[in-house]
Amino acid sequence: MSFLFKWEWLPKMASGLVVTVEVTATCIAIGIVLGVLLALGRVYGRRPISLPCSLFIQFFRGTPLLVQLFIIYYGLPNWGIRLPAFVSGILALGLNTAAYQAEYFRGAIQSVKKGQMLAARSLGMSLTQSIRFVILPQALRLVIPAWSNELILMLKSSSIIYLVTIYDIMGVSQKIAARHFNYFDVYVVAALFYLALVLIVSLLLRLLEHRVQIPGLGVHADRR
Amino acid sequence: MNMPLLKVEDIHKRYGNEEVLRGVSFEVNRGETKVFIGPSGTGKSTLLRCVNQLTPPDKGQVFLEGTEVTHHKSDINRLRASIGFVFQDFNLFAHLTAMQNVSIGPTKVTRMHKEQAQARALAELERVGLGDKANAYPAQLSGGQQQRVSIARALAMDPKLILFDEPTSALDPELIGEVLEVMIELAREGMTMLCVTHEMGFARSVANEIIFMEHGVIVEQGPPQQMFTNPKHQRTGEFLRKISELYGETER
Repeated sequence: MSFLFKWEWLPKMASGLVVTVEVTATCIAIGIVLGVLLALGRVYGRRPISLPCSLFIQFFRGTPLLVQLFIIYYGLPNWGIRLPAFVSGILALGLNTAAYQAEYFRGAIQSVKKGQMLAARSLGMSLTQSIRFVILPQALRLVIPAWSNELILMLKSSSIIYLVTIYDIMGVSQKIAARHFNYFDVYVVAALFYLALVLIVSLLLRLLEHRVQIPGLGVHADRR
Repeated sequence: MNMPLLKVEDIHKRYGNEEVLRGVSFEVNRGETKVFIGPSGTGKSTLLRCVNQLTPPDKGQVFLEGTEVTHHKSDINRLRASIGFVFQDFNLFAHLTAMQNVSIGPTKVTRMHKEQAQARALAELERVGLGDKANAYPAQLSGGQQQRVSIARALAMDPKLILFDEPTSALDPELIGEVLEVMIELAREGMTMLCVTHEMGFARSVANEIIFMEHGVIVEQGPPQQMFTNPKHQRTGEFLRKISELYGETER
C-alpha cells in the first residue's frame, strides 16, 4: 500500500476549496444578520415577535441539518418551488447557522450589564439607539469565543452540500475518489484541506478577538 | 409666580405585593439641591427612577417645567435628555473611552456635530478634573474617576436637573471625597440636583432641603439646620443621628 495521490488532482480540489469558502462565508453572513435579528426579537420583542423567533430557532436547532437541506432541495419542488442546488445549500446552512448564532447572540446580549441599557435610556437614547450604540458593540465582542465555534462547525458542516451535487471540497474529492478508485488518499487530503481552513479561521478569529478587546478589560474578564 | 422646575405629585409604585412608594409629592425650584435620606428599601431610588420614567410609576404625575413627563404621549426620550441621571455603579459604557462616554449623548441624542461634541466632552471632563483621562476606558479608571466621568456625561447634555442615585455608595472611602467635591461645586454653580445620599456633610454644606422618607412616604422635610437641630418627628432625629455616626459628618 503506497500513497497514490496524484498532484494533478490538487487544482481540482483547490477549486472545491474555493466553493467551500464561498458557501461558508455566505452562510455565516446570512447567519450573523438573521441571528442578530432573531436574538433581538427574542430579547426585546413582545410576544408576537419573540414567539416566531423562538419557534424558528427551535425548529432549526431541533432538526438535522441534512433533513433541512433535503426538505429545501428535494421537498420544496413538490410545492412548485424549485431552487438551484447552490441556493438550496446556502439557504439550509444559512438558516441553520442563524438559529445557532441567534442563541449565542442572545446569551451575549443578556450578559451585557443591565445598567448599560439604563444609562443609555437615561441619556435620552431610544431603545433602538441604545441597542445599536451601546448593547450590540459590547455583545458582539463578548460573543466572539462562542461564535468562533459556530464558524468552525459551519466550515465542516458545509461538506454535506455535496449531497445536492455541489462541488465543494467534499464534492470534488468524492468525484476524484470514485473515478480513480482511491478513497483513502483523496479523503485524507480533503481532511487536510478542511483542517488547514479551520486553523486559518481560528487564527484570524483570535486576532480579531484581541483587536476588538476593550482596554483594561479582557474579553473574557468577568463582568461585575 | 414662578413655576417649580420639577413637580412630583402623589407617586405610587408597587412591586408585587409590596408598595414601595405610597403617595410621594414634592417640588423642586431651579437651582435647588434636595437630599433624600431614609432606611434602605424605602423607595428613594425608585422615586428618582420614577422622575425620569426609567421606572414608570403606577399612579401619580411628574411635571418638568409644566410638561407632564408621566403622560403616555410625552416625548420621553427628549425629556430624559434634559434630566441627568448618575447611577450608584456609574454604568459608564464599557466599550467607549471617557471622552466617547461623554460625547455619545450630544452626538446621538441631540445631534451635535462630532467635533463640537468632542470639544464639549473635553470641557466637561476638565470640569470634573479628568481632562487627562479623556482617552482612558472605564476599566482603566478608579471608581471615583468613573463616577466623575458619569457626572460629566450627564452635564454634557445641558440637563435642567440631575438625579443622583447614591453616587458614592459603591466607592471606597478614600474616593468619595473627589466625587462629593464635584457635586458640591455643581450645587454652588446653581445646578438643580436631587440626591439620594447619606453623606450628611454634603447635605449640610449645599442642600436646601433634606427629605426624610420611610415606608414609601415622606416623613419630614426641611432645611438641614432645622432637620438636624429641631426635627418634628422623633424618627427623623434618630435616623439623622444614626447616619451621622455611620458616615461621619465632616464639613467639606
